[in-house]
Amino acid sequence: MADHSISRRDFIKWSSALGAVASFGRFNPVAKAAAGVPVPAETSENTIWSACRVNCNCHCPVQVHVKDGVITGISPDDSEKDDWIGGDYQVRACLRGRSLRRHFYSPNRLNYPMKRVGKRGEGKFERITWEQAFKEIAAKLKQVKADYGNDAIYFQYATGSISATMTQGYNPSSPLSRLMNLFGGYLGYYGTYSSAQITKALPYLLGTSYGSAAYAVKDAKLFVGFGYNPGENAVGGAGQMYNLNQAVEAGKVKTIQIEPRYTDTAATACDQWIPIRPGTDAALAEAVAYVLITEEMVDQDFLDNYCIGYDEKTLPEGAPANGHYKAHILGQGPDKTAKTPEWGANITGVPVDTIVKLAREIGTAKPCFITQGLGVQRQAYGEQNCMAIAMLAVLTGNIGKPGTNNGAAADGSAWTGFPRLPAGSNPVGTKIPVFMWPDAIKNGAALTAKKDGVVGADQLKNSIKFMFNTGGNILANQHSDLNAAHEILVDESLCEMIVGVDVFGTPSSKYFDIILPAAHYLEARDASAGFYAGRMSYLIAGEKAVDPMFERKNMFEIALGLSQELGLENEFTEGLDYDGWLRRLHGQARKNIPALPDFDGFFEKGVHKFSCDPAGLVAMTGFRKDPEKNKLGTPSGKIEIYSQQLADIAADWELGKDDVITPVPQYVQSWESAKDPLAKEYPLQLIGFHTKARVHSSYANVDWLNEAVPDEVWINPLDAEKRGIKAGSQVEVFNGRGRILIHAKVTPRIMPGVIAIGQGAWRNLNAKGVDQGGCINTLTRYKPTPLAKANPQHTNLAQVKAL
Amino acid sequence: MAEQYGFYVNTARCVGCKTCQIACKDKNNLEPGILFRRVYEYGGGSWKENPDGTYYQDVYSYYVSLGCNHCTDAACIKVCPSGAAQKDDRFGTTWIDPKVCIGCRSCVMACPYGAPRFDASKGFTQLCNGCTDLVAKGKSPACVAACPQRALEFGKIEDLRAKYGDAADIAPLPSPKLTRPSLCLTKTPNARPSGDKSGSLQNPKEVSPC
Repeated sequence: MADHSISRRDFIKWSSALGAVASFGRFNPVAKAAAGVPVPAETSENTIWSACRVNCNCHCPVQVHVKDGVITGISPDDSEKDDWIGGDYQVRACLRGRSLRRHFYSPNRLNYPMKRVGKRGEGKFERITWEQAFKEIAAKLKQVKADYGNDAIYFQYATGSISATMTQGYNPSSPLSRLMNLFGGYLGYYGTYSSAQITKALPYLLGTSYGSAAYAVKDAKLFVGFGYNPGENAVGGAGQMYNLNQAVEAGKVKTIQIEPRYTDTAATACDQWIPIRPGTDAALAEAVAYVLITEEMVDQDFLDNYCIGYDEKTLPEGAPANGHYKAHILGQGPDKTAKTPEWGANITGVPVDTIVKLAREIGTAKPCFITQGLGVQRQAYGEQNCMAIAMLAVLTGNIGKPGTNNGAAADGSAWTGFPRLPAGSNPVGTKIPVFMWPDAIKNGAALTAKKDGVVGADQLKNSIKFMFNTGGNILANQHSDLNAAHEILVDESLCEMIVGVDVFGTPSSKYFDIILPAAHYLEARDASAGFYAGRMSYLIAGEKAVDPMFERKNMFEIALGLSQELGLENEFTEGLDYDGWLRRLHGQARKNIPALPDFDGFFEKGVHKFSCDPAGLVAMTGFRKDPEKNKLGTPSGKIEIYSQQLADIAADWELGKDDVITPVPQYVQSWESAKDPLAKEYPLQLIGFHTKARVHSSYANVDWLNEAVPDEVWINPLDAEKRGIKAGSQVEVFNGRGRILIHAKVTPRIMPGVIAIGQGAWRNLNAKGVDQGGCINTLTRYKPTPLAKANPQHTNLAQVKAL
Repeated sequence: MAEQYGFYVNTARCVGCKTCQIACKDKNNLEPGILFRRVYEYGGGSWKENPDGTYYQDVYSYYVSLGCNHCTDAACIKVCPSGAAQKDDRFGTTWIDPKVCIGCRSCVMACPYGAPRFDASKGFTQLCNGCTDLVAKGKSPACVAACPQRALEFGKIEDLRAKYGDAADIAPLPSPKLTRPSLCLTKTPNARPSGDKSGSLQNPKEVSPC
C-alpha cells in the first residue's frame, strides 16, 4: 500500500497537463548569494501580488495594496481574460482571502519569542530573546536524541501555512523538517485529518484515490454528490465550486446532492436534495446497488472485463463461496440480508421510493458523474462509506469516459508544481497514523503495526518526547475529544517539550513551552502552486507586502537560527541565503516550465497560468481505453470489488471489537449512530462541516468573517420545538465528553435527528469547563477507525438544551 | 439626467459565500456592524415523518446579495431632510454626502432594502455608492470584481435588463414597485416572489442594521 505521506490534495498527477512538473530532485550547491533577505523600500503606495496560503487548497492569488509600509487593501485577480471553458480565467479569492488585511492586523498576532512560566496549559508566558529560544530548543533536542533517540521527536500535523516554498509550516516539507532530517530524523505520520480514510481505503478498490475534476461534470447527464460541498469549503474563484457551477450551467446537468444538511452547494447547484442520516451513505449505496442489480441496470460487460469480485465469474481464487459483491447485495452472503430499498430506508431515513427513483436515475443516465466529499469518510466506518459510494460508479460503468468520475472526491485538477525547499529524507522511517499522536505521547512502545497501523516498524520504540507544532491548531482545537487530549498535554512528564511556531496565539498555544512568532505570508517573498483550478493550473510568485513587524521571523529564518545552534548551518543552507534558495528553486522550475519568465519577471508578473487538455481531467481514462496496457495500482491491475488484500488485513491485524474490515465494501452499523443504545441519552447525531468563514481553524479570529458567518448549531425546527429552543438563542450542546455553548440556527435545512456545527471555532473554556468558544471537537470522539486508524469526527451523539 | 447604473444579481449562481460583503468592507474600511453589502438567506419547506421513520421534505433555500439598489424613486432621497442623500450626476447612483448628513436616520427607516447604515462612531449614515471611484476608472465595483461565482454585474441598468430581463421581485426583498430599484435578477429555480409567506429570512442577525 502506497503511503501518501503528503496530502492527497498536495499532489495531483495529470500526465496530460501541459507544463505539469511531477517532481524535483535535489540540486548541486551554487555560489553563495549575498547574505540577508532583501528589504524593498516602501516609501509610497504600491501594489504587489501575494496569496492566501491556508489549507482549503485553492491557494488564491491576491493583490495587496501597501502605503508607507501599511497594508491598505486587498484586490482580486483582475486579469483581462476570464474564460472558463477555454481554461484561462481569473482566480478570485473567496471571503477568507479577501479578509487578509484584517487577518494580518489581528490583535492575536505573535510578536516576540516567549517561554512558558506557569504550568503547561495555564497560558502564562514571558518574553525571551531569539538567542535564548534557539539555545533552549537545541539543548532539549540534543537531550531527547541522546536519552531516547530521534524517533522521540515529532511534528504535529499542521496546515495553517501549507502552500509555500520557503516559509511553510506543513510537515514533511517545511524548512524545519529539512533541519530535523539533517539532525537524524523524527517520527513521521501518514494520512491527514482531511482525507486519511479515503486515501487509505479507495486504492484497494480502484488502485487510486484520485477522482475527476469538477470541470468534467459539464459532459455528464446526471451529477450525484454524496456529502460534496465545495460551496462552503472550496468556494475560491478557481476552485471546485466555480467549476461545478460553470459545468452544471454549461452542460445543463441534473444534480442530486445527498447529505444530512441542505448545504450551500445544495442551495445553489442542486435539483434534488436527498437528506440522509450521517454515516449511512454505504447503506444507501447498497440499496441503490440492489435496484441496479435486480432491475438489470449494471454494466455487466464492464464488471466482467475491468473488475474482479462482482459475481461468481470473477471471484478470485481463495475467496469464500458467495463472497462476491452481488451475493452480498442480494442477501446470499454471510449476513444473509438482502440490501433492499426497504432495508436501506430503515437505516438511512431516505424513503423507499426515493431510493428506487435514485437508482433508476443513476442506472439510466449516461454518463453519470458520481462523487463524494471527504465528510462521508470522516466517519466511524468511513473506509466502507467511500468504497461503497465508488461502487455505484463501478456497477454502472461510469468510469474513465467523458462526464464520469470513479466515485472518488472530485478534487482533480490540472497542476503545475513549484519545487519546495528540499526537505531531504527522514532517516527515521517509522510513521504513525496522523490521528494517533495522543497514544504515541502516552505510551509509544505500545503502538504496533498490526494493532495501530504503525508503518516502517513492527512497533514504536519510544513515546513522543519533543514536539514541533508549526502553524497548526490540532492540539487544542482540531483533534478529537479535546478534554481528554488536554490531560495528556498538561502532563509535562510525558512530552517534555512542545515548541510552537505560529502567526497567532491560538487555543493550542497554551500548551507550548516555547512560542516562536512567525512572519505572516504577507511578510515574506515566496512562491507557490495553485490547486483545484479545473483545466487551468497556476503558480503564484508572491512579493513581500511589508517587512516583518516586531521580532517575527519566517520559517526559513527560524530553521536557520536553530541550525546554527545545532551545528548544522552549512548542511542546512548549502551556502545559500533565503533569496539564494528562492533563485535556485525558481531556476529548477524554469527548466521544467520553459515558459516561465526569469526570476525578476516571475515575481513581477505574479500569477502564471497554464491551460491543460481537459481530456486528462477524467479519472482512469487510460485504464478504460486499454485495461491491459494501463493496469491499475491494485494487485490484479483491475478494479478489486473483492480485495484479497483487505481480506488478509482483516485476518492478520489485531482488531478491536468494533473494528470491521471486509474484502467487499459494505455498510457497517456504527457506534454512536442513531441505532446505538446511547441514543436514548444523547438522541441527536452531531456532525461537523466546513464553514465558509474558515479553513479549519484558520481565519477564526477575523471579526469581519465572524460577522458574516457566525458560529451556530444547525437544528431542525422539529427538534428545536421539542426542546423549547428559539432561533438565535444560546444553547448548550453536550455529551459524555464535554459541553459547549453556541447559538442555535433553527432551520429546515438540516434533517430531524441531526445537528451540525461548523468545525474550527476556537475552543475557549469558561471557569466551569464549558467550551464557550463552540468548538465541536470538545464533543467529538477519539476512536481511530478500523483500517486507516483515522478520525471519525462526524460520528457523535449529543443532546442540546435551551438555556 | 445621468444614465442610470445598477446591479445585476444571478441568484442561480450565488452560493452565499459573502465574498462580496468582505470585499466591500475592505474597500470601504467598514468596522464590524456596518454592512453596505449583505447577503440574505431565504428558505423554507417542511418535514414529514413517515411511519417507517423516513422523511419527506420540500426544503429550499437561496441567497440574495444586495448593496444599494440606486432606486429611481429612492426613498432615502425623498425623506432626507438635509439633502445629503442624492444622486450621482454621472451614474445615477445614490450616495450620502457625509459632510451634509446630520445622522437623523430618516433614510435608514425609509429604505425598504435596509441599504443605508448609520455609523454611531462617526455620527452619519452611509451606503453603497456603487464604487463610483472605481467605475469612473473603468473598473467594476469591489463586490462585482470579487464574486467567485461571477454572479454580480454593474452597469447601465437598461443594458443589464436587455441582457438578463427585468425581474427584481424576489423574497425577502420588497416589491420593486415601491421604489423602482435599479436592480435586475436571474432567479434561481428555488426563488420565491416578493411578499412570499412560505419561507422566512434564515439569517436575520447577519443582515440587520445595527
